[in-house]
Amino acid sequence: MGIGIEVINLNAWYGTNHTLQDINLNIPANHATALIGPSGCGKSTFVRCLNRMHETNPIARVTGKVMFGDLDIYEDCKPVEIRRRVGMVFQRPNPFPTMSIYDNVCAGLKLNGYTNRRALEEIVEKSLRNSALWDEVKDDLKKKSGASLSGGQQQRLCIARALAVDPEVLLMDEPASALDPVSTSKIEDLIFQLKSQYTIVIVTHNMQQAARVAENTGFFLNGRMVEFDSTHKIFTNPSDKRTEDYITGRFG
Amino acid sequence: MPTERKLRAQIRAGIDGAATGLAVISTLLVVAPLLAIFAYLLYKGASSLSWAFFTDIPKPVGEAGGGMANAIAGSGILLAIGSLIGVPIGIGGGIFLAEFGRGTKMANAVRFTADVLNGVPSIVMGIAVYSLIVVPQGHFSALSGGVALGIMMIPTVCRTTEEMLLMVPHAVREAALALGVPNWRSVLAITVKTASPGIITGCMLAFARVAGETAPLIFTAFGNMGWSSNLSEPIAALPLQIYVYAISPYDEWHRLAWAGALVLIVLIVTAVSLVRYVTSRGVLKGAS
Repeated sequence: MGIGIEVINLNAWYGTNHTLQDINLNIPANHATALIGPSGCGKSTFVRCLNRMHETNPIARVTGKVMFGDLDIYEDCKPVEIRRRVGMVFQRPNPFPTMSIYDNVCAGLKLNGYTNRRALEEIVEKSLRNSALWDEVKDDLKKKSGASLSGGQQQRLCIARALAVDPEVLLMDEPASALDPVSTSKIEDLIFQLKSQYTIVIVTHNMQQAARVAENTGFFLNGRMVEFDSTHKIFTNPSDKRTEDYITGRFG
Repeated sequence: MPTERKLRAQIRAGIDGAATGLAVISTLLVVAPLLAIFAYLLYKGASSLSWAFFTDIPKPVGEAGGGMANAIAGSGILLAIGSLIGVPIGIGGGIFLAEFGRGTKMANAVRFTADVLNGVPSIVMGIAVYSLIVVPQGHFSALSGGVALGIMMIPTVCRTTEEMLLMVPHAVREAALALGVPNWRSVLAITVKTASPGIITGCMLAFARVAGETAPLIFTAFGNMGWSSNLSEPIAALPLQIYVYAISPYDEWHRLAWAGALVLIVLIVTAVSLVRYVTSRGVLKGAS
């Protein structure tokens, strides 16, 4: 099951650049939440703060609280623990190029010391079925490299890889922006199905995509969250003038 | 202007042909020296090669025949010791430079040291190991020769490892970290593995380079006209044997030196190809 995330007074910096300012936000469990906004507004930095990937950059800094259920992820646990519970899919598909499809999917488990072979095989199949890739790759699981797949397949492979460690939250940073329309719609269908089991946060530049997949939408601008509401409200009757200007295409 | 267009097309085709021609000539110039050396060695050395060359040890001056079996085995032992020292230290240093020490003063110092070490003449390396190991021990030894070769391998292995690791895309590292894999594990299991073909090439480069070294062995392994498998005794090596035979005044020895040079090159090429073949077998379809 998914778990909700509460963000309290989150601030983030890259060096002296204050990229996120006083973000407060409640992300409900088992729903898809979309984050929209122009390039450089802090959406990606925000999702990277939710699994502490932000701090892998040596000049990055963060203050504030991110509550994961009852757990304060910056106080109560190590980065590696939270990253196992909060999976991430990146903008460009990034399978491990030297690994087979099979090894890509179970990489997270194997590298964390999980060795039960039969269980691994089951998890690989389940994850690939969940990411709607199983039928396309089941015959060359161990023969082909993850890098030999098409872009859309690679992205679904990366989703399977993230699902295999059994996270509660799935962060997707523009997961379809490097894909063609057919692959994009496959990913969107997938998000729809995954919502029942995971909490999903999706960053997107494509407003139709946000409207299609997410119940709630947040609008980011210049490092601040301008508005957060139900997707329907944001796209039909936003409270803030800047949100309206953005979704009607007046800027950005 | 159809005629002008035609003219331009002809000019473009001409430039294209000239550029291709230059590229082909450059390629030939790169390959030519190796082929020339190989052909000359074949011409001079092949006639002196016999089964005895690979099974017999050198015979005293004046007696015909004899081989370099002890030198071939000795080179193998020396290179094994050298690789045991040079490869792990070099790869470890490269991993430190690229992954853990990036941007630190320590890393800059290590990188600078490796580059200087790379430029140290091999005879100086031999003298250094002579005073560090041979003098305190009181005798020449296979071990000291292997150490000298190993130290010479370190900088090449270290710097190629660093460069190959830096070529691994950032996205691949991030993918591992985002799965909750600890950094050290991600480096060893993902980054190093992704870069391994390049790292292996670097090791083979270092291996091939020291396989033909004579100077660092003169004061360390010293050479030996008989069999020796004792690491604390002087040991024969192909390059040393070639050197001794080549500067001798005897025709028979000259011929054996040519044969030795031919064998040395063939062995190096074989060893490098073998490692490449073995390490390429596990590569998957479509892996980059």
